[in-house]
Amino acid sequence: MTGVLRSDGRKGIRDFTLVVYLVECAHHVAREIVVPFREKGAQLLGFPGCYPNAYAHRMLRQLCTHPNVGAVLLVSLGCEGFNRGELLAEIRANGRPAKTLVIQQSGGTRLTIDEGRRWVADALNRPTASAEMSVDELIVGTVCGGSDATSGITANPAVGRAFDRLVESGARVVFEETGELIGCERIMAARAARPELAPELIACVEKAARYYTTMGHGSFAPGNAEGGLTTQEEKSMGAYSKSGHSPISGILKPGDIPPASGLYLLDVVPDGEVRWGFPNISDIQEIGELVACGSHVTLFTTGRGSVVGSAISPVIKICANPETFRNLSEDMDVNAGRILEGAATLDEVGDEIFQRVLDVAAGARTASETLGHAEFSLVYKSFEPLGPACLPHG
Amino acid sequence: MSSPNDPRLFRLHADDNVLTVIAALLAGETVRIEGTGFTISDALQIGHKVAACAITAGAKVLKYGAAIGSATRDIAPGEHVHTHNLRSDYLPTFLRENQRAYFAAQQEHA
Repeated sequence: MTGVLRSDGRKGIRDFTLVVYLVECAHHVAREIVVPFREKGAQLLGFPGCYPNAYAHRMLRQLCTHPNVGAVLLVSLGCEGFNRGELLAEIRANGRPAKTLVIQQSGGTRLTIDEGRRWVADALNRPTASAEMSVDELIVGTVCGGSDATSGITANPAVGRAFDRLVESGARVVFEETGELIGCERIMAARAARPELAPELIACVEKAARYYTTMGHGSFAPGNAEGGLTTQEEKSMGAYSKSGHSPISGILKPGDIPPASGLYLLDVVPDGEVRWGFPNISDIQEIGELVACGSHVTLFTTGRGSVVGSAISPVIKICANPETFRNLSEDMDVNAGRILEGAATLDEVGDEIFQRVLDVAAGARTASETLGHAEFSLVYKSFEPLGPACLPHG
Repeated sequence: MSSPNDPRLFRLHADDNVLTVIAALLAGETVRIEGTGFTISDALQIGHKVAACAITAGAKVLKYGAAIGSATRDIAPGEHVHTHNLRSDYLPTFLRENQRAYFAAQQEHA
């Protein structure tokens, strides 16, 4: 496959120009700038809050310097708390063309939109450098959403098979949502690549359990029970099977890029006292966090049928339930429900997912890309840095 | 080799005491579990669970070879296993129909 070479040496599989609002008050102007370029490589994302937040700043820095991103236009109202000067300097230091438009200094809505569109048109015409890229340069994330009991029987263990093949091929793969691993933390700790990592894995899940207990609500939605799942632990075991059977090499927090080949757990639950509400308000923010960790592609398993995609990195949707697949086939990339009908084995679907990752990395569009999905969501959180036992050394 | 279980029931792990429905079952249908026929009392959609053997109140319910909660009453072989007879050992399960009681419990917690 051929990738896009960035000046920091990383390689992307897409080449997007981002338009980024730095407060909700700049969202409309940013969205209007993107409208004529929606099919031409411009994407919209941003942070709605007016108060500054270290996590949100780090997320936007990592997203704006993601290898699938070629240029960035920041859109500021002017009085919000976001440190736009620092973000602009960080993006430029990484070698990306970048510019800030401040609505209060640009003559208001209409003039800012006009100036933004001129800048985006130029940015989309800039030349890019290409380079050969191989599977061991890919980072692949996985998430599940709209789960039912078929998710844990077909799509999730099939993604686990694909993850095993990706790790064998030298790729970096990331699974997440510690709140959905409550009840299987000790089974997971037994797979730690280093003894000192095992208690960290357990502590991560215990933190999530405390957090969700304080919130009084787990990740379990009523639709899960209607689909036959009864308890959080049952959902957890099904979700956990996405991780496959490789040793767990380390723990990441949002924005940490896995340092070497292997399987990583992304800890998405904030550190410290419960302050910001639910750890992730929807699947969309989880995907954004996987992308901020460098994911080129996200594998999204769904039983009930989620239709979402993501800004920056393509989402491959793997449908667990054959009835859902028939109902929503245009939104799905892989029909893992064939396993329930005796038409395919877990290994065969795992091989299909692995091949689909390579095809999408080589430029094939996913169902959600074709349908124009490019969702993004970012809200307040806070994290402490990773402990020394969390990452492989050397 | 013929399985002792109906092909519409899927066993995820040898230690499990529940089986997962992988093709919809109608009320009154007979399914074979461990070689014995049982009548399904209510229609069951894909993803729901039935007991693979008798499960006594308080016993762990096992799926994927792991405990997914505890039985809240005695469960007969072939019986539907769900929120009416299985509860989490970690967090209560939120259902739309018990939202009022769920919110009341949150108030008490806060």
